[in-house]
Amino acid sequence: MLEIKCPYCGKRSQNEFSYGGDASVKRPALEKEISDKEWDDFVYFRKNPRGKHLELWHHVSGCRQWFKVSRDTTTHEIYKTSKINEE
Amino acid sequence: MMQKYRLDKKGYINRKKIISFKFNGKKYFGYEGDTLASALLANGIHLVGRSFKYHRPRGFIGAGVDEPNAKVQLYNKEAKNEPNVLATEVELVEGLTAKSQNCWPSVSFDFGAINNLFSKFFPAGFYYKTFMWPKNFWYRIYEPIIRKAAGLGVAPLKPDPDRYEHKFEYCDVLVAGSGPAGISTALAAAKNGAKVILAEEKPRFGGSLLSDEVTIGNKNGKDWADESISQLKSMPNVIVKNRSQVFGYYDHNMMVMIEKTKDHLENPTKFIPRQRLWYIRAKEVVISTGSIERPLVFANNDRPGIMLASAAKEYMKVYGVLVGKKPIIFTNNDSAYDCAIEFKKNGIDPLVLDIRKNSDSSIVKEAKNLNIKIKFSHGVANSKGHLRVNLATIGKLNNSKSSYENLENVSCDCICVSGNWTPTVHLSSQSGNKLKFNDKIDAFIPNQSRQNETTIGSASGAFTLKKSLEDGFSKGYEISKKITGKDTKSSPPTSNERSSEEHDKFWCMPLPKGKHYKRFVDFQNDVAVSDIELAVREGFRSIEHVKRYTTLGMATDQGKTSNLNGLQLVSNVEKKIVPEVGHTTFRPPYNPVTIGAIVGREVGKNYRPTRKSPMHSWHEKNNAVFVDAGLWLRPRYYKQSNETLSDAAIREATNVRNNVGVCDVTSLGKIDIKGADSAEFLNRVYTNAWMKLPVGKSRYGVMLREDGIVFDDGTTTRISENHFHMTTTTAQAVNILAHLEYYLQVVWPELDVNVLSTTEQWAGAAIAGPNSRDLMGKLFPSLDVSNEALPFMGFKEEDLFGVPARIFRISFSGELAYEINVESGYGIFMWEKIMELGKEMNIEPYGTEALSTLRIEMGHVAGSEIDGRVISSDLSLEGMLSKKKDFIGKRSLNREAFLDPDREKIVGVIPLDRKTMIPEGSHLVKDNKSSLPNPKLGHISASCWSVEYNNPFSLAILKEGKKRIGEKLYALSPLKNKSIPVEIVSSHYVDPKGERVRS
Repeated sequence: MLEIKCPYCGKRSQNEFSYGGDASVKRPALEKEISDKEWDDFVYFRKNPRGKHLELWHHVSGCRQWFKVSRDTTTHEIYKTSKINEE
Repeated sequence: MMQKYRLDKKGYINRKKIISFKFNGKKYFGYEGDTLASALLANGIHLVGRSFKYHRPRGFIGAGVDEPNAKVQLYNKEAKNEPNVLATEVELVEGLTAKSQNCWPSVSFDFGAINNLFSKFFPAGFYYKTFMWPKNFWYRIYEPIIRKAAGLGVAPLKPDPDRYEHKFEYCDVLVAGSGPAGISTALAAAKNGAKVILAEEKPRFGGSLLSDEVTIGNKNGKDWADESISQLKSMPNVIVKNRSQVFGYYDHNMMVMIEKTKDHLENPTKFIPRQRLWYIRAKEVVISTGSIERPLVFANNDRPGIMLASAAKEYMKVYGVLVGKKPIIFTNNDSAYDCAIEFKKNGIDPLVLDIRKNSDSSIVKEAKNLNIKIKFSHGVANSKGHLRVNLATIGKLNNSKSSYENLENVSCDCICVSGNWTPTVHLSSQSGNKLKFNDKIDAFIPNQSRQNETTIGSASGAFTLKKSLEDGFSKGYEISKKITGKDTKSSPPTSNERSSEEHDKFWCMPLPKGKHYKRFVDFQNDVAVSDIELAVREGFRSIEHVKRYTTLGMATDQGKTSNLNGLQLVSNVEKKIVPEVGHTTFRPPYNPVTIGAIVGREVGKNYRPTRKSPMHSWHEKNNAVFVDAGLWLRPRYYKQSNETLSDAAIREATNVRNNVGVCDVTSLGKIDIKGADSAEFLNRVYTNAWMKLPVGKSRYGVMLREDGIVFDDGTTTRISENHFHMTTTTAQAVNILAHLEYYLQVVWPELDVNVLSTTEQWAGAAIAGPNSRDLMGKLFPSLDVSNEALPFMGFKEEDLFGVPARIFRISFSGELAYEINVESGYGIFMWEKIMELGKEMNIEPYGTEALSTLRIEMGHVAGSEIDGRVISSDLSLEGMLSKKKDFIGKRSLNREAFLDPDREKIVGVIPLDRKTMIPEGSHLVKDNKSSLPNPKLGHISASCWSVEYNNPFSLAILKEGKKRIGEKLYALSPLKNKSIPVEIVSSHYVDPKGERVRS
C-alpha cells in the first residue's frame, strides 16, 4: 500500500485516495473546433509509461481535493506531489 | 503418561503442567510449552502424514515454519476444524485434537500409497501429458479424481466462529526476528530514542540463542536474550511481540504482521480475537529473520525419522525431546556437530558422517574429544524402514563423489542432516531488493535495497554470533540516529561461540549402482531429483518454467527447504553456475495466513457500512422488507399478512395510481451547489440548458461521460440565484460528486462554484398519487398548493408544523407528486406527520418494488436502462441535447456508431398472452427456433406487473426499436428456460402525454 503525501493533509495511506489517471491530459476547450483524432486522443488514448508518470489522485476519504503525483510505475517511488495549480 | 523420548530436566517446557491431547484418535501427554510436534516426538511419533502425490509416509523435517511435511487438521471444542496447520507451530493446549491429512483409511495404512508403487509412471508433467484427451474429460472425470487423491486437508464447511482484528501502527524501526541480531538492533535503536517494534514469530524470543551453546557477556545466550527482552518491554518506546510473524513487505515500507492471540490459551475470554493482523508503516525495517538449514539429498531421504540436524538440536534443547536414540548425523559442514555433541551430552552415541575429507575446526576437535564416532568422506546412500527409518546404507564416496567405494548397512532410528544454511531472504526480496549469490555459503543474500530496509545476522549470510551482535548494535544505532537525530551509542557485549563456518558444496548423493530410488528435493510437493532432471532434459530452461512444470517450491511452504537445492540441481545439470540460473520470485505471504485474519472484522453485515434513512425504525416497525440499494437499506415493500413481494408491490402501486402513497427517498444523492458560476457549471455538465432556469424551479437533467455515454440523470432546483440543489440516482451519488469535483478543480478551476454532498443532511419523502395535493394542503395549511401556485417542477420553502421544509413538485411515479425534504433529524417527525394526516385518506407507504412498477409503466429510465452502454437517443432523450451550447461528452456524439439510425432504442414489451412475466435480461429474437447463435435484437431491461392495465409490462432496449412497434418477437431466457411470444409497444405505456404530473 502506497503512502501518498496529500498537498493539503500530509502523508496518508493509499486507501484514502482514488486514482485519476494521466495528469498531463488536457481537456479540449469547450466550443473549440477540433479534429476527431484530437478528441479521440483526449477521450481514449493514454500512454502507459514504464517509469516516471505524472498522474492525478483524489483524496476521496479526506479533503476531497484532486492533486498531482509524480510516481514511478515500476518501483512506485513517489518523487513529488503537488496541488493542481502548482508545477 | 510415558513420554519415552523426553529427557530429564532439559528444555524450557513447564513440566509441572501436563497436557493431554489427541492425535489420530489416540490420547497422548505432553507439557505446557510443547508444540504438537515436540509432544508427538516425545511420545516417539514421527509418522505424521502422507505425501502429496505418492502418499509416502512422512515425518517431521524441521521444528518451525520451514516444516514441509507435518501439516495436520486441527479440531477444537466448538467442532471447528482447520486444515493444513503446521504441527511444528501449534502450541499444545489441553484437549487439542489433531489428525493426519491426505491419507485413507489411516496414516499407517494408506490406500493411496499405491501411487508410490506406480511412481515410475508419475513423472513431472504426468498430468499435463496424460489427461489431454478427450478434452471434456478433464473437468468431468480426471480433475475430480486427481483432486481427491492429492491435496491437503479438508476445508471446513461452517462459517468461522472466531473474531479477527486489524491494527494499524507506525514506528521508526521494525525489527523482524528476535535472534541475537534482532535483539541487538532493537536495543541499540530503542536506547537511541527510536520507536521500535520487535516481532518474533515463535512463542519464545531469542531465535538461535535458544538452542546454541553460546555466551554473551557473562551469561549464556538464552539468559541474555531473556534479560534484553525484559529490558525492551520496560521501555515506553518499544513494542515487543511474540507469536507475531511479519509475512509481507509491501510498497513504501508497509509491513504486514500476523499475531496469534488466542489458540495457545487454555481458557481464552470471549473478547480475545483469534488473530490480529498488523499493518505497520515503518520508517526503517531491519530484517533479522535468520536462516534455514538445507537438507542433504539421498535415496529415500523422506522417511519419517530423517530430519534437519538443527531441528533435532532444537527439540533437545528447547523441548527436552530426543528425536531418536540411535542417531546418524549426516553433514557437509561444521554446524551439525553441535547436534552430535548435544546427543552425546544426553548419553546418546551418534554416528557422524561427514562428506568432507577432513576438518580440523575446533568444533570437530571437540566432538572427537568427546569420543563421537566420525566417518569422513562418508554419506548416506539409501535408507530403509517402512513407517520409520530403521536402516541406513552408508558409503565412502570416491574421489569425484560420483559413486561409492563401499556400502554398508547401519541400523538407526533417525538421520539428522545438514546441508548448510539458507538465509531467509523472503522479506528482503519482497521489498524489491535484488539478491546476489554468495559463493562462500552457496546461497542468495540481499544486495541492493530498493526500500528502507537492512538485512543483518544470518539472514544476510553472516553466520557468526559475534557478527550478528556487532551488526545489530551498529545498524540499530545508525538507523535510529538518522531518524531521531540522537546520539546514544551502545556497544555490543563480548561473546563466545563454537566456530562453524566451513562447508563442502556437495549435497546430492549419488544413487547406489543400478538403483532408481527417489531422492526428494521438495518434500511437500513430492519433487525428486529425477523430476528436475527430466524437466531440464525436456527443454525447460528458465527456472520459473522448471518450477511450474515440476511444481518445485510451489507448495504451501514455498520451498523454504527445497528452493536452493532445486536451483543447485538445475545448475548442475545445465553445467551453469547458480547466479546464471537465477532464483524464482519470493511473494508474500511468507507463510500461509488464515483468510479470516486478512478479512478481519469486515465480514457479513460489517463487510461495508450500512446506511439507513432517519425513518428506518418506522419502516422496521411497519413490517418493511428491506433491500440493498448501494450501501443503503431501503424498504422494498411493507408486508401485510402473508402477501408475496408481487402482491405487495401491486397493492402499493395501485394505491399510488388511485389514491396517495408515500415513499422514503432519502437515499437519493443530493449535492449542494453554490457560487456565481453555478448555472454556467450546470450548463456544462448537463446536456440541456440551465442558464435561464428561474429561481424556485426544478429541471430534469441528463449527464454524459466524455465518451458520450449517459452517466446519470436527476432533477436540479434553483433555490436562489447562485444556489442549486442537485439530485442524483442513489447508485451514482458518490461518482457524480467526484466527477463534479474533478471538473471544478482540474478542468475549469476558473469557475466560482463549490459542491458539497448533502445526501445525509436531508430526509426525503415522496408523496404521490391523485390525492397527494389534498394531503399537501393538510401538511402545509398556510401554503397555496394549487396547480397555479405550485405547478409541476415548482419549488417552495415552507414550515412543516414549525420544521423548515423544502417542497419540490417532481415525480418519478408519473402521478401528481411532491417531494418533501427536512433536515435529517426531523425525518421521523415528517414521516409520522404524513402518516397521521394521511390516515383518513388511506395513505399507504410504498417501497422500491412499487416505485419500480410505477416508473416502468411510465417508461421513465433508471439504472437498469442507464447501464453504461446507452446514449441519450437510445433512451429517447435526444430532445434534451442542446444544440446551442457545448457540454461534457457532446463532441463524442458525432461518432459514426452513435449516428446510426438503426441503433437500439427504448421500447415497451407485452407478452401476447397478457399473463407471463418476462424475466429481466431476456433476449429479444425474431425466431425462437433458430439455430444458435440466435441473433439478438435487444434485451429486457426491467419488468413489472402493470397495475394500470393488469398485465405484465417490460422495458427493453431494442435494435431499430421505434420501427418495430407493433411487431411480434420472442423473449428468450435460457436461464429460466422460457420462450415468450411478445409484442413491441411504446415505452410510455401509461399516460403517454404526461398529463397526470401536470394536473
